[in-house]
Amino acid sequence: MCSNCSSENFIVLENFINDLPSKEGALIEVLHKAQGLFGYLPQEVQAFVAEKLNIPVSKVYGVVTFYSYFTIKPRGEYVINVCMGTACFVRGSGDVLDEFQKKLKVKNGETTDNGRFTLGSLRCVGACGLAPVVTVNDKVYGHVTVDQVDKILADYAE
Amino acid sequence: MNKINTFNEFKEIQNRYNTLLEMRKINEELEKTSEGNRCSRYLSICGGTGCKSAQSDEILENLQKEIAANGLTDEVTAAITGCFGFCEKGPIVKVSPDNVFYVNVKPSDAAEIVKEHLLKGNVIERLLFEEPSSKIKVKKQEDMPFYKKQVRIALRNCGLINPEDIKEYIAEDGYIALGKVITEMSQDDIIKLMIDSGLRGRGGGGFPTGKKWAFAKMYDADQKYIICNADEGDPGAFMDRSILEGDPHSVLEAMAIAGYSIGASIGCIYIRAEYPLAISRLRIAIGQARECGLLGKNIFGTDFSFDIEIKYGAGAFVCGEETALIQSIEGERGEPTNKPPFPAQSGLWNKPTCVNNVETLANIPAIINKGAAWYSSIGTATSKGTKVFALAGKINNVGLVEVPMGTTLREIIFDIGGGIKNGRGFKAVQTGGPSGGCITAEFLDTPIDYESLSAIGSMMGSGGMIVMDEDNCMIDIAKFYLEFTVEESCGKCSPCRIGNKRLLEMLDKISKGNGTKEDLHKLKSLGNTIKDTSLCGLGQTAPNPVLSTIKYFLNEYEAHIYDKTCPAGVCKNLLRYNITDKCIGCTKCARQCPVNCISGKVKTLHVIDQDKCIKCGACQTACPVNAIIKK
Repeated sequence: MCSNCSSENFIVLENFINDLPSKEGALIEVLHKAQGLFGYLPQEVQAFVAEKLNIPVSKVYGVVTFYSYFTIKPRGEYVINVCMGTACFVRGSGDVLDEFQKKLKVKNGETTDNGRFTLGSLRCVGACGLAPVVTVNDKVYGHVTVDQVDKILADYAE
Repeated sequence: MNKINTFNEFKEIQNRYNTLLEMRKINEELEKTSEGNRCSRYLSICGGTGCKSAQSDEILENLQKEIAANGLTDEVTAAITGCFGFCEKGPIVKVSPDNVFYVNVKPSDAAEIVKEHLLKGNVIERLLFEEPSSKIKVKKQEDMPFYKKQVRIALRNCGLINPEDIKEYIAEDGYIALGKVITEMSQDDIIKLMIDSGLRGRGGGGFPTGKKWAFAKMYDADQKYIICNADEGDPGAFMDRSILEGDPHSVLEAMAIAGYSIGASIGCIYIRAEYPLAISRLRIAIGQARECGLLGKNIFGTDFSFDIEIKYGAGAFVCGEETALIQSIEGERGEPTNKPPFPAQSGLWNKPTCVNNVETLANIPAIINKGAAWYSSIGTATSKGTKVFALAGKINNVGLVEVPMGTTLREIIFDIGGGIKNGRGFKAVQTGGPSGGCITAEFLDTPIDYESLSAIGSMMGSGGMIVMDEDNCMIDIAKFYLEFTVEESCGKCSPCRIGNKRLLEMLDKISKGNGTKEDLHKLKSLGNTIKDTSLCGLGQTAPNPVLSTIKYFLNEYEAHIYDKTCPAGVCKNLLRYNITDKCIGCTKCARQCPVNCISGKVKTLHVIDQDKCIKCGACQTACPVNAIIKK
């Protein structure tokens, strides 16, 4: 079940849709808004968007799953992203990602059982001077080595 | 600012702002008088994503606090500016008029900068850039090897103006080109000027911009569109983002000029949602331009109206392809469509549409102000002007560089980039991102332009330039790029969807030591088939990293296939850990080994059982005397 699906969020989303100058072509914009509100895009939210925009749910699902920015699974409290852009990759970000997988005992894209961390990778945050780069929510860590993984995780320990 | 009603009124206002940036321009007289003195100063702090990630916000905040605490508020201004480009040495603080360029500044340095430099006029030596070979400290930006060979046109205002203040853009001749175009020139005049300038699309395609505009103008319609392609998906490339963050108005102005030329009244910027800072700077810029009447109805009191909206991408590399991008703006899956019809004929909402890349647009106001002849005098016979490259990877000076077309790779990598990190040997440079190829040392002296890069099996692409050293395995690199394209393939056409997946599987097999001679042959023939038969640019170029590495690094493929070794020591399955006779028999490695494959008595040489070894490297980390080597 969706944990963030308060009726309040649905009202905000409905108002957002109603205020759009045109509903034609607005699907991606609406999904950005919805993910901002709910944190992810569960089935209920996709069905809601489809109904309000008067398009089939299958189309909404097709768009949601096409774009990597949208997620249909809830994310952890802290989202750790290891940059796998080329600049970071050639400076060893693959090893850093492996170390996070080992330490958190999850695979890339998964969330820890306690819901605290989601591990992911992204393509280039554009801070190539700091490669390899790891982001935890909005915080950016630069020049990360395998040895520093423990220290980064410790910053977010319970 | 109030709404500006005519071009003449605008020119008067611009005259008033002329002095705004005076202090920041090189002025030797002012520079001399500032030495050892307290005087009026301007501090530019880099506010690009790279420097912000390294706390440049805090530096600005601390500087402002210290400036206020020392009673300097009336004489000193500190503000953000766009990316200086020298990201390796960020965060950067530039002090004017002294013309001092501080590198690697920390928030805790703010107090010293204010007390020593601003109050006493003393330059802080330890914050200056040190030339690595001569160990000489360099004070001025223009004296650094990193900047010496650069010619900044698209990046002209990055590191100079405050991107959140339209007045500063106007002071640098901003919106003059737009005024000139819509009050003095016909559509054909401006298209001719663009064709004469020789400007070609900087997003990768290299299609002449003037011709693109001419096509879009040719078709009659009640509505036409200008799209700015800011979906910079090439991993390791960040020039478009830096331009949008550092000089957003140049892109807005150029879009309006393009709109006038083809007869469009609506512009749309399609930008990655992953670029929050660029989005916020664009929003501020659009708001300011509307307020001044530089966007909106009847610009400069003429019949020409133009406005711009922002559309977010959602993380799909293929959306950099113009037809896929248009699908995405329409709220669909970003799948490319067949050409023809070209967007110029039937694009967004089936109307004539012209799609231009950020960097292409950023050049346009400068070309109009300085003339087609000036622009075409820079560059090579077929490629005019400059190109911005994002220099990254195993290189000393990571950063954004803008050089004239025709500059050699050697100049970029060794003169500007300062050579390879940690004194290692140069192996290859990858240009053009996932669509490009690897270039070897023998081509370092090739003057780069669109044609010369294609001729050696790579491409200009959007300008990513990743340098690799001898520790990078080329099969691993080819695999990396292919993983990317397989993940990003939209799945519409089978050569790209299925073919690239098969290429990746074969590479994976080779990297694990299971490759055969036939695989090498299959990689080549399948790669060429994918290139010939894919629907869009993504598929047509996806095999390039594989084909170019086979061409130039065949010996590495052969080593993996026949000798079952990885010469660079990267492919884990082909590595062997061995204990050398340096071993003191301390047993630490044996105790750390998770699969108990190390045997040996105390104080005697230990041995690794290669059949059981899982190549985790735990023994090597544990060894106190570095007796364990991997090969």
